[in-house]
Amino acid sequence: MSLTLFLILCLNGLQYGLLLFLIAAGLTLVFGVMGFINLAHGVQYMVGAYLVFAFTGLTGSFWLALVLSLIAALMIGLLMEYAVFRHLYARPHLDQVLATFGIIIFLNELAKVLFGPATLSIDTPELLSGSIQITEQLRYPVYRLATIGAGLVVAVGLFITISYTRTGMLIRAGSTTPEMVSALGVNITQLFRIVFGVGAMLAGFAGVIAAPLFAIEPGMGDNLLIVAFVVIIIGGVGSIGGAFLAAILVGLIDTLGRSLVTELLGLAVDASMANQIGPALASMLIYILMAAILVFRPKGLWPAKGVA
Amino acid sequence: MKPKLKTATAAVISMLMGTTAVAEGLKIGVVVTLSGPPAALGQQIVDGFQLALEQKGGKLGGQAVELIVEDDELKPDVALLKATSLIERDEVDIVVGTVFSNMLQAIFKPIVESETFLISPNAGPSTFAGRNCNPYFFVTSYQNNQNAEVSGMVANEEGFENVFVMAPNYQAGRDNVEGFSKTFKGNVTDVVFTPLGHQDFSAELARMSTSDADAVFTFMPGGMGVRLVGQFNDAGLKDSMKFMSVFTTDETTLPGQKDAAVGFLAAGNWAPDMANDANTAFVSAFEAKYGYIPGGYAMQAYDTANLIDSAVAATGGSLEDKDAFRAALKAADFTSVRGEFSFNKNHYPVQDFHALTIVKRDDGKFHTSFVRTVVEDYADSFASECQM
Repeated sequence: MSLTLFLILCLNGLQYGLLLFLIAAGLTLVFGVMGFINLAHGVQYMVGAYLVFAFTGLTGSFWLALVLSLIAALMIGLLMEYAVFRHLYARPHLDQVLATFGIIIFLNELAKVLFGPATLSIDTPELLSGSIQITEQLRYPVYRLATIGAGLVVAVGLFITISYTRTGMLIRAGSTTPEMVSALGVNITQLFRIVFGVGAMLAGFAGVIAAPLFAIEPGMGDNLLIVAFVVIIIGGVGSIGGAFLAAILVGLIDTLGRSLVTELLGLAVDASMANQIGPALASMLIYILMAAILVFRPKGLWPAKGVA
Repeated sequence: MKPKLKTATAAVISMLMGTTAVAEGLKIGVVVTLSGPPAALGQQIVDGFQLALEQKGGKLGGQAVELIVEDDELKPDVALLKATSLIERDEVDIVVGTVFSNMLQAIFKPIVESETFLISPNAGPSTFAGRNCNPYFFVTSYQNNQNAEVSGMVANEEGFENVFVMAPNYQAGRDNVEGFSKTFKGNVTDVVFTPLGHQDFSAELARMSTSDADAVFTFMPGGMGVRLVGQFNDAGLKDSMKFMSVFTTDETTLPGQKDAAVGFLAAGNWAPDMANDANTAFVSAFEAKYGYIPGGYAMQAYDTANLIDSAVAATGGSLEDKDAFRAALKAADFTSVRGEFSFNKNHYPVQDFHALTIVKRDDGKFHTSFVRTVVEDYADSFASECQM
């Protein structure tokens, strides 16, 4: 394996990791701060992708569509919170799982009814449609670099908000002792609503920037949701820093693993055997990592402070 | 209720029941995937079948048809449940299904054991082509390995020496790799298996670019194909290597792939622009009714309906004599829109296979286009094991 190939793989891993982070960030806050299991979080990713598809069709501009999609994703998140989720906070986890799973099915089918079952795609925005020639044959699309940049900006912004602002402080306090924060005169319901809406918007944002790279189809968020849960368990539930670290780790391990495991196995066993086992083993890597974390560091790599 | 009245009622009821039994009709159950991402494939089959039915005034072989469409949800247990309810509750005469081979495996046994005819408009697994072939089972599409085998022949004809092969890591993916390797005479540089439903192909594309292959062969149905083609194009590989595939760039995925797929090679038993009168009529009628260009799935379903029509007509509208009906089906006395069509002794088709390419039509829609016929009257390699 050449160095160039390795670097490309690292870039791809980083990009996948940041995409995961955008989804996991909202999930870890909602799960960590509110103790609420929201399976429907992954479906927000799909909603974001369909929104940008619809708005690009209507307005003709990706950038306008981006802004409109973010607003719409926020609104949809708040609407779902108001209509469904707020009735579930006090209920047991099983009820939450059932209700949010119902929302997944409903929204997946709705997408199919509105846009049809076929896979859709949108073009990359004109401004970022170029590519950088990295080897003689291979070009690296600028858009992919832009998604890495966007992911990093959001990560830094979130980290600053949670660590240094008053809202962030309240969110951190609310996650450990919601009753006390409430007793001090903070509207905790309002706070949770904000957390929920922003989380939904971030997942929507992930869907928007992923839309030109990956195709848009009903159920596209379902697999990512599972990986996002892996990320928040590895990183530590409720911890933004942990989610970031774990997302990058999972992204890199998954991407590098897929190329390296088969090659490494090829050194030990014969090629056809390696080809049989390699792909299966590569897709297991992140789950093996999660199992190891659960055994040796059950609170995650970078647990949120004060989590018992 | 007085005894006399009771008898009268019973008589009326038995008369009514008698009439329904006498009124000859044809009950056809359809089991296809209509939910989840692959729903587009199942929808094409339903549309294709219904178009043929409508063109014949709701009758096949002169018999009024009651069509019962069921969704297998791409879950074997659901498929089995739907199939058994079709044969036991609805008592259908014929079952048409499925899209996917693993769904067919699930429903096969109960249907053929109840001596109901099962006609597959798409799935053509090797499992039922050889030793386990069955008198009640027909396939109107192809045997699964064939398209990949023909792709290997296309690669030979195009003069490719080094080919990079990639498929999803499941049975059909491995079958296609095997099929391609069987007929391709050049050198396979790499065989890469990705997870099913793979999102980001950039790692694989990077490997492709350093592999010195002059072409890539792949099988990436549905959304995977849309993503792969877009990313292949973005990575600039379109200039340095040829893209050759089966079930990756077809009428179900082209609306998402658009210009990125133009010029890509494919292999198959049909293309919408194949020049024969039956086909031209079919494609224009289909487009007029459903507003999209039919793919192979719709075509095979359309042929299936016409096949049933010919067989029911040949037996005078009766399915009572199963041997006679089977012989009528096997005769395949209908005009297939792909041209010549006949059944092998294992009830899988013998037909021509062609090299195809992706073109953009003047109205901006995309479709697969006929290039040349690669192999004529091509039979699958399992038929010799079939004792029937």
